[in-house]
Parts: sequence; C-alpha cells; structure tokens
Amino acid sequence: MPDDRSTIAGVRELSYAEAIREALAQAMEADPRVFLFGEDVGVYGGAFGVSGDLVHRFGTERVIDTPISELSLAGAAVGAALTGMRPVLEIQFADFVTLAMEQIVNQAAKIRFMFGGKASVPMVVRLPGGSGTGAAAQHSQSLEAWFAHVPGLKVVQPATPHDAKGLLLAAIDDPNPVLVFEHKLLYKTKGPVPSEPYRVPIGSARVAREGSDCTIVASSIMTLRALAAAERLAQEDVQAEVIDLRSLRPIDFATIAASVQKTRRLVIVYEGVKTMGIGAEIAARVAESELVHALLAPIVRLGGADSPIPYNPVLEKATVPQEQDIFAAAHALVDRS
Amino acid sequence: MSPDELHATPAVERPELAALDAATLRGALYRMHLIRKFEEVAEASYARGLVHGTMHLSIGQEASAVGATLPLASDDYILSTHRGHGHCIAKGADPARMLAEFFGKETGYCHGRGGSMHIADIETGNLGANGIVAGGLPIAVGVGMSIRMQKQSRVCVVFFGDGAANEGAFHESLNLASIWKLPIVFLCENNKYGMSMDVAHAMAVPNVADRASAYAMPGIVVDGNDLPAVASAAREAVSRARDGGGPSLVECKTYRLRGHSKSDRNLYRTKEEIEAWRARDPIRRLESELLDCGRFDAQAMKSIEREANAEIERALEFAKSSPAPDPAALTRDVYAG
Repeated sequence: MPDDRSTIAGVRELSYAEAIREALAQAMEADPRVFLFGEDVGVYGGAFGVSGDLVHRFGTERVIDTPISELSLAGAAVGAALTGMRPVLEIQFADFVTLAMEQIVNQAAKIRFMFGGKASVPMVVRLPGGSGTGAAAQHSQSLEAWFAHVPGLKVVQPATPHDAKGLLLAAIDDPNPVLVFEHKLLYKTKGPVPSEPYRVPIGSARVAREGSDCTIVASSIMTLRALAAAERLAQEDVQAEVIDLRSLRPIDFATIAASVQKTRRLVIVYEGVKTMGIGAEIAARVAESELVHALLAPIVRLGGADSPIPYNPVLEKATVPQEQDIFAAAHALVDRS
Repeated sequence: MSPDELHATPAVERPELAALDAATLRGALYRMHLIRKFEEVAEASYARGLVHGTMHLSIGQEASAVGATLPLASDDYILSTHRGHGHCIAKGADPARMLAEFFGKETGYCHGRGGSMHIADIETGNLGANGIVAGGLPIAVGVGMSIRMQKQSRVCVVFFGDGAANEGAFHESLNLASIWKLPIVFLCENNKYGMSMDVAHAMAVPNVADRASAYAMPGIVVDGNDLPAVASAAREAVSRARDGGGPSLVECKTYRLRGHSKSDRNLYRTKEEIEAWRARDPIRRLESELLDCGRFDAQAMKSIEREANAEIERALEFAKSSPAPDPAALTRDVYAG
C-alpha cells in the first residue's frame, strides 16, 4: 500500500503523543458526541501526558477525570456508545484492562450480535502497553492478542505518529468497539503528521520498507526495530521488506501474502508473548495457504519470552525482541536458504 | 423477610393504589398476566422440547417488573437481567417476537442469535437483558452520562438481582452514578437467592438498600410483590432522577416461585417456603385488592386475563410458524458497517 502522507498538505513533525492528542482534539471539534474519559486525563494531562491540555480546551464535561473503576468505566463507554455518544476511554496502563475484561469481552464485543444487529457500540479504548520503562510485570504487558481473539472487537496498534493519529480518527468513526494499543516507548518518537484530519483505514497493513529477500511482519514498536534491523541487513546485501501490521483485527493478510510471495521468507516479530500469539495466527495462515509452497525456509517467529516482564533493565530487554534479534534471525533465515 | 412480615392487603384504598388511575391499573394488570402466561408457555414449550437451551423464569416477580416501569415514558431506558422476560414485556416488547427468539427463529428480536437471556428492544428503550450478573450496572452509568451530555430528560432504570449486589461492578457503578448525579434508578429485585445462595449468608447487612448510604443516595426497601407499593417507590426515584436529584437504590423484596434455571432441583429451600410465597402471588394480591376496593369487578379482571392469554397464544403460533435463521448468515451482525 502506498504511503498516503505525502499526498496531504501541512505535514509537520509531531510526537506520537502529540499526534494522538491532535486526533482527539480534531474529533471533539468535529463531533459533539465525542468525549474523552479516564483516570487522570484532566488537569494531570494523562499518566503519559497524552491528553495534555485538552481539559482546558474542551472543559471537564468532555475531558472527564474518573475514579479508579476500570470495569465500570468500560461499561460506561458501552452505555454511552449504545445511546448516541462516541466515547473514548483511556485505560491508564494497558495492564489494567484486565479489570475491565467483562465489559469489553462480554458486553461491547457481543451486544450487536446478541441483539440481532439492532444496536451498535461505537466506543474506543486507548491502552498504553508494552515494556521498556522499568515498570515491571503489572505495568508492561502487551495484551493485544487477547482482544484480537474476540469476534466483535477491532484491534489496532499504531507504530508511527502518522498512524497514531489516522488510526485513532478511524477508530472514533468506526461503528464498532475499537481497542487502540499504543506503546509507551513510542509516545516521544517523532514523525511527519499532516495537520488536517485524515483516516488510516482499520484493517490495512503498511509496507514500511520494500525488499526482496525476506519479509519481516512487525507490529507496534517492533516495526521501528525491524526497520533499523533492515538498514543493517541492507549493508550486508540482505534486502528485507518490512510490513507494519497496524491492525490485528481485522488483519490485512493480503498485504502479508503478497510480500511473502515475493520474498519467499517470513519473519514475524511482536512484543506480546510468543506462545499462542499473533505470530502463530499469521504463520498458520501462511501454512494453510498455497503460500507454504513458496517458502524457501521455515517461518521464524520472534516474540515475548514465556515470562512476566522483569524489573531489571537487562532482564527486561532480554524478555522481548530487540533490533539485534531481528537482524540475526533475518540474516540466518536468508543465509540458510 | 418472610411473607408473614409483609403487611396485609388493606381494606380501604391506600395512597399507593389511589395514585393509579383505572387505565394505568388495567394496563399493569394486563402486563402482569402477559408476563405470567408468557413464562408458563415458555416453560411448557421447554418441557415439550420445542425450546432448547435454558431460561430463567420470573414467575412471582411480576409486580417489580411492571411496577418499576410504570412511571417510565416510552423513551426512557431500561437495562435488564438474565431473569428479564418481565422487564422486556413491561417496557413494551412484543411477546410474539420474544417467543420467536426463544424458539431460535429469524423473526425473534435477535434473529435467533440471543435467546432468552439477550433480548433487547431498542425502540422501546430496552437496552437489553444481560447474561452476566451485574453486567448492566456499568452500562447504566454510561447511559446516564449520555442522557446528561445530550441534555435529555430521560431516565435509566437498571434492574439487577441480590446476587449482583456482591459484584464489584455494583459498588463502582453506584459510586460513579452518585458522584456525577446521573439520572439512574438502581432497581434491585431481591428474590432471596443468588442461584442457591441465601442472601442472608451472602451479605453482612440485612438489605441491599442499606448499601445506598455508602454512596450518598436514597436506599428504599419495598414489598416487591405489591404492585402499587413498587410503583410508588419507583415513581419517586424516577422523579428524583429526572429532576436532577441523582440516582436512587430501590430494593424490591420478592421471590421467584420457579427454580433458578432448568437445572434447579430446589435443594436449598423448602416446599413450605415456596408455598408461603405462593400465597403472596403478586397478581392475585393485586386482583384481590382491586376487587375489595371496587376498582374492577371479577368479570372485568377475568377478561383482562383472558385477553392477555389470547395474546400469548397468538405469540406462540407466530413463534412456531416462523422461519429458522439461515446458517449462511451466521456472522452477519458480528460487526456494524
């Protein structure tokens, strides 16, 4: 898929957090049904500074500080969405969504289906996830695959400021519950972002780098690490194609398939626990299709270790794939075939 | 509370009854009969193998469903429970489409996708029954927020059982509704048992309504088998919510004469207890009071019952003769748009 950022005027450098804030502001300006709520999103500006000054621009009626009640906040998003609003809920750390599973999985995901298509739940849940901040096992998880397993939900994982804005605006427009897994380490990363509102379609992956020798399918921050690894691989005459998944549900398998058909080698890299993770789904889809005959070597998955995220920074880094792991895995894959 | 503690039917017309005009009473009695007959037919259909799965009957609890919805306008909202047939009918659902849903037919409210536990009728403000204990309470918070943000004068009545009062969602939701003064009536149908767990063993306070004080809202205990009393308590709570006074917790002490679900063998309660509550049957009690007060004669009341029974018989024919859903359309309503 061609990159759409060059076609839109007014491109500036924004951080990932600023891009999200701009999306929220533009959505609230355009649509009185949109509101943001969650723990410390008001004057505090959000635990990661994402909501920033929004409370001063939109007031406490639309940027709502809440008590620490994740289950009922998720349910409140369901109820508001059912009755004509477009709520955006910030779960302070993605890990805390475990307290809200009932409302997201049993209610939000199923209401439309259970009620025979008579209702819809256009809600957005923003979840800062991922490791690398020294926050240890209960503040560092990557739980997106859990939700990608649930029919009725949509799950996106922006890797760039551009996609953080475009996917969030698309999520707010979407008539279904959408979970946006942001990455805490990405909030300060910068990139070009058009000033006008725009949407990145949910369910479309992005070819972040073209290459012919190996496909690296990555999600969230792993896209950045895969791109860095690809630069190093290029210095050794290995041309890696990097696909930024962007959406987990629905997943853009067509873009993956076209790339694998071309490169005939596949590495899948994601931060969530490797076992039973999104790499298994992608690998299985390749294995179930005629693409399996195109492969020159077995598929490689790189994912989180079978361990909670540890506190010690050396251990923490060792728990999830790093640039060197991706470089080494892709190099070895090309070397052996 | 044992039936003996509930006050006897007065010989003269009491204020709670005097507040209800003839048309309202006729409608209330008609709907109580509709609910009773509906559930008897559903139960018989199950016994004859015409309906599969399970169902939760509210026979004996009709006064709380009908009384609580009497003060509601057609565009007010309700949220219901797994034992929700009465709430749906009381709010104006079509028993024919409900029964068709039980039969798993395409003409059912949920096109056969939801069954007994998931009936919603958005057009009558019924935002759905719920298979998760306390699942509706957080959603009510969002409905209340939505009403407030859209500057509507609507009210949301959320039904739940005594079992739900021990879920975390109950406490979170009452707190949120109270701090934000949302237009919600928390309507507890305390039928004495959470499946088999006696409420006396499940709570350290005698009444669910006692917990209202922790959330600075009125907590009212009412005889749930007494239609005029329920209507009176509900009217006050609904008015308070509509006038910006915030939420109330109304506890209807009632009793389910049938088991929890089809698997119940009544091992946790005695026949004597069931018989004692049968003597407090809310329909017969209302009829007897109306007769005593000269509001209706026996013949008029018999004809109300006959009319309701006839409507359910027609509903049964509709359900039986309706087409089954097409398996090819299985996933039609998983996503909107």
